[in-house]
Amino acid sequence: MSADTASPELRDRFKHGLEAPICLTWEVTYGCNLACAHCLSSSGKRDPRELSTDECKSLIDQLADMRVFYVNIGGGEPMVRRDFLELVDHAVARKVGVKFSTNGALITPEAARRIASTDYLDVQISIDGATPETNDPVRGRGSYAMARRGMDRLAEAGFGPFKISVVMTRHNIPELDALEAIAQEYGAQLRITRLRPSGRGASVWDELHPTAVQQRELYEWLIARPDVLTGDSFFHLSALGEPLPGLNLCGAGRVVCLVDPIGDVYACPFVLHDEFLAGNVRGPGGFAEVWRNSTLFAELREPQSAGACASCGLYDKCQGGCMAAKFFTGMPLDGPDPECVLGHGERELVKVAAGDRPPVPAGHSKRLRVG
Amino acid sequence: MSEPQAQLYAEPETETETENEVTPAGADPISEVIEDDLLVEEVSIDGMCGVY
Amino acid sequence: MSTSAEAATAFDAARRYRLHPQLALRTERFGALAYHYGNRRLTFLKSPQLTAIVESLSEHASVNAALDAHEVGAETRPALIRALARLHASEVIDVC
Repeated sequence: MSADTASPELRDRFKHGLEAPICLTWEVTYGCNLACAHCLSSSGKRDPRELSTDECKSLIDQLADMRVFYVNIGGGEPMVRRDFLELVDHAVARKVGVKFSTNGALITPEAARRIASTDYLDVQISIDGATPETNDPVRGRGSYAMARRGMDRLAEAGFGPFKISVVMTRHNIPELDALEAIAQEYGAQLRITRLRPSGRGASVWDELHPTAVQQRELYEWLIARPDVLTGDSFFHLSALGEPLPGLNLCGAGRVVCLVDPIGDVYACPFVLHDEFLAGNVRGPGGFAEVWRNSTLFAELREPQSAGACASCGLYDKCQGGCMAAKFFTGMPLDGPDPECVLGHGERELVKVAAGDRPPVPAGHSKRLRVG
Repeated sequence: MSEPQAQLYAEPETETETENEVTPAGADPISEVIEDDLLVEEVSIDGMCGVY
Repeated sequence: MSTSAEAATAFDAARRYRLHPQLALRTERFGALAYHYGNRRLTFLKSPQLTAIVESLSEHASVNAALDAHEVGAETRPALIRALARLHASEVIDVC
């Protein structure tokens, strides 16, 4: 089934908010066995204030009451939590579907069997290249092999179609066909997403983000393959021609949001920053109160100003691009995306003084180990 | 502005006569003529924005 | 699989239908969102009236009876029936 492009009327309705998020991302831990160079959540060390098992179950109950259809679970590495599968079972029993994202290293044969036997559970395994040579410099030595092993184990356990998720960089864009071939090998779905200057991504964005020429290649490649998933990551490229499938708008605080491991609620996973913090699920009224009544989300649900993009004939197609991409490169939110396909962003970016970019957070990153 | 891509079940629509009627002020909006593709729309959810 | 065979048969407003058992419906200000856990499609119902009709389908002997119960007039009936036919084709609703 190929994806549809949302009508302008529908996009308009989504912009003004919904009773509950459609896609809620929930990072259940900042702990991680890897230390990817571009980690959007600056993960590594667990936070001692993590939501307890009971608090997690209570959140799941709230989501069920709000009729959230499914929750996207990630982290850090979600399988690092000992209660991870217990939480998954709890969600599924309450009729909240689960899609979780993992680096695959902790998918033992037994875990694979357990995952395969659970209904309403989707799995996404991350790699950032079709080979260890491309992948490991970003995700760590041995990470490619571990991910492939996780995929093999899911396949052996009879899980069925899982997703392979790739963050597109200057180095792996030439491997798009090879990545598609790997997905086909497993009968898996390929999902590619945009590198954003979020979390540790801020340190590597300048050197890793695709070039303008590569963006165009990527757009043409995607248009020819409507079954490749993108997480609406590349809607800024829709200005290049016919719109890509999806909503083609920023859903932060309107259609999606993020709950972090300590219960903080942010507008989306790519803006883990005080500026985009809406509240905490531990507050009175829990998650529902934050989703429905927080000041931040009310602001995001107001009509947004096109600002400097108002005079551009293509604004309706790209909606000014990604809020996170602008924020973390120090650009104004009511102006062009740094990767604006017309080059307006590049022009503005050079005007931004180095000191105007938000400092790269240490977050929960582990200290670098020598050797 | 581009038109939405072809809907899966789209049928060519002919305008109904009532579309040209003026709806009296205060009329119940439910009784206005509703085109069917204004009633139902499918959206791609898999991997929506901001999602892992 | 029986559901696809069913979807292939024509929608018949004289029959009784129901919300598909794998369908979750959430009311919104402007209608409803419908998510099908089997085929993973998300459908947007863009009218509160259509939403109310869909939710009540199984309570009536036929689609026509449901439309009558919601006082659907002759002008709006064809569009609603076409919308329901689309929902049937998408497996949002199926025959009881």
